[in-house]
Amino acid sequence: MQKRRSIKSTGIPENVLGYLMVTPALLCILLIAIFPIIRTFSLSLTDMKMQFPDAAKYIGLNNYMKLFKDERFWNATYNTLFFTIVSVAMELVIGFAMALVMNMPFKGRGLVRAAVLVPWAIPTTISATMWKFMYHDQFGVLNDILLRLGLIDQYKSWLGSTLSALWCAIIADVWKTAPFMGLLLLAGLQTIPAELYESATVDGAGKIRRFFNITVPLIMPTMLVALIFRTLDAFRVFDLIFVMTGGGPGNSTETLSMYAYTMLFRNLDFGLGSAIAVLIFIFVFLISLIYIYLLNIQND
Amino acid sequence: MRKDKLSNIFFYIGVAIFMVIIVFPFYWQIITSFKPPEQLWNIPPEWWPSRFYLGSYISAFTKRPFLTYLKNSAIVAISTTALAVFVTSFAGYALARLHFKGKNVILALALSVSMFPGIAIVSPLFLMMKQWNLLNSYLGLILTYTTITIPLSMWNLTTFFRTIPADMEEAAKIDGASPFYTFVKIILPLAAPGIFTTAILVFIAAWNEFLFALTFNTKDALRTVPVGIAMFPGEYTLPWGDISAASVVVVLPLIVMVLLFQRRIISGLTAGAVKG
Repeated sequence: MQKRRSIKSTGIPENVLGYLMVTPALLCILLIAIFPIIRTFSLSLTDMKMQFPDAAKYIGLNNYMKLFKDERFWNATYNTLFFTIVSVAMELVIGFAMALVMNMPFKGRGLVRAAVLVPWAIPTTISATMWKFMYHDQFGVLNDILLRLGLIDQYKSWLGSTLSALWCAIIADVWKTAPFMGLLLLAGLQTIPAELYESATVDGAGKIRRFFNITVPLIMPTMLVALIFRTLDAFRVFDLIFVMTGGGPGNSTETLSMYAYTMLFRNLDFGLGSAIAVLIFIFVFLISLIYIYLLNIQND
Repeated sequence: MRKDKLSNIFFYIGVAIFMVIIVFPFYWQIITSFKPPEQLWNIPPEWWPSRFYLGSYISAFTKRPFLTYLKNSAIVAISTTALAVFVTSFAGYALARLHFKGKNVILALALSVSMFPGIAIVSPLFLMMKQWNLLNSYLGLILTYTTITIPLSMWNLTTFFRTIPADMEEAAKIDGASPFYTFVKIILPLAAPGIFTTAILVFIAAWNEFLFALTFNTKDALRTVPVGIAMFPGEYTLPWGDISAASVVVVLPLIVMVLLFQRRIISGLTAGAVKG
């Protein structure tokens, strides 16, 4: 580490220049992220309605009490957890398979690598619309394919049934984000030195042993980072649900973000809506802590 | 050796199935956009347009304000990219190269902000924008998008500036150049590839954002593409032809961009993850 120096030609000490250069970015973060998150906490302790912001009263933890007794809140929590766990698990398995494949030399590898980026790059509302049309109960191609394969004997209303709607959303999410996971894991695989595999082969380790003794432990840090990104993203899922089902049928696909949005911008209940938002924030915070803890164990 | 050939075949079949699953939704979107109206509602759905009908494209552009959505998205996404990259080039350089206290705190703060769920800040931001008369404006979205992309942009650029060899700066310093002059004249040109990569990632994030655009800009004339397309099906029958045509118009440039800048995007996305 070098000591702080002052640059004679300008007269501005280096550390002052440093603070000046980070100030614009920090100001944005403080004004548009930190200040609002604090305000969300304080809004959640009031009964503010969007139309009458000046009539808001402090009501303590009443909004939270209401939520803990609210079946719809627990249903949304369950849906969000189910969506997050199932889609991230599927993305991990499929993404890992994709990464292993893309790490092998074969004809057309460049094409595959480019193709997997496309679902990631398009707006979620567009991919959700595409899938919604494919799931359509009469004109959807999914019914046509499944009927031709003999897997169903009549057209089904995939998005209209409380049993299948959430799964439909999960599949569309996995389609869009497993490739992203695959690319992150591929980058991790490429940092594993080839000599490790060679010397293990010389020592007589088979394919499966090499996978579990070399690949898995060495990819673990990258995998945890990829999992953090994906878990937090899946947990706040909104666009997909908004477009595909709007939370229905019968709230069977309503996630926490969707519920908070409905309370905030449809019922205009900024107090209760903010309380849901705060709980989402706390959940996300806890999830991050768990992952950071796991990462630290890994690094030791 | 026979076993090897067989497993090779299975391997390629697996890869092919994969590609089909990735590409199929796009294929379906494209053929739907060209299907004539009478074919759209056939049961079972047909896998190829009976004739190439351009009416859906014409109607997306003339009967609907799709061009306005495109213009709004372009203005917001390009301004956000310029602003975010400008602001974080300074911050990234300072964090990578200059010596001052609290650098790790700033980086950690940015990282934690990047994990904020949008829904957790949308209600106060909405009230703020209302107070500042920035609802239904470009500026409200640009400010918000700049902030939410700053963490990603700052991390990427900091990492990138660190990879630039320090010799050049040392030489400039010995010649008596000020740190600011060194940054603008020597470092920025060298950092152009990293800045470009960051700009692509910021642009895509801003172009695709939905929640803030949905809640801040409720007037049709100020909607962005993701919201505009999500709101297309407002009427009694879903205009699938128009929606598909509009989606194809939005997706094609993104596909071209991804194919052109594939390497940069992948390196930008993965740089953070691998280094932990």
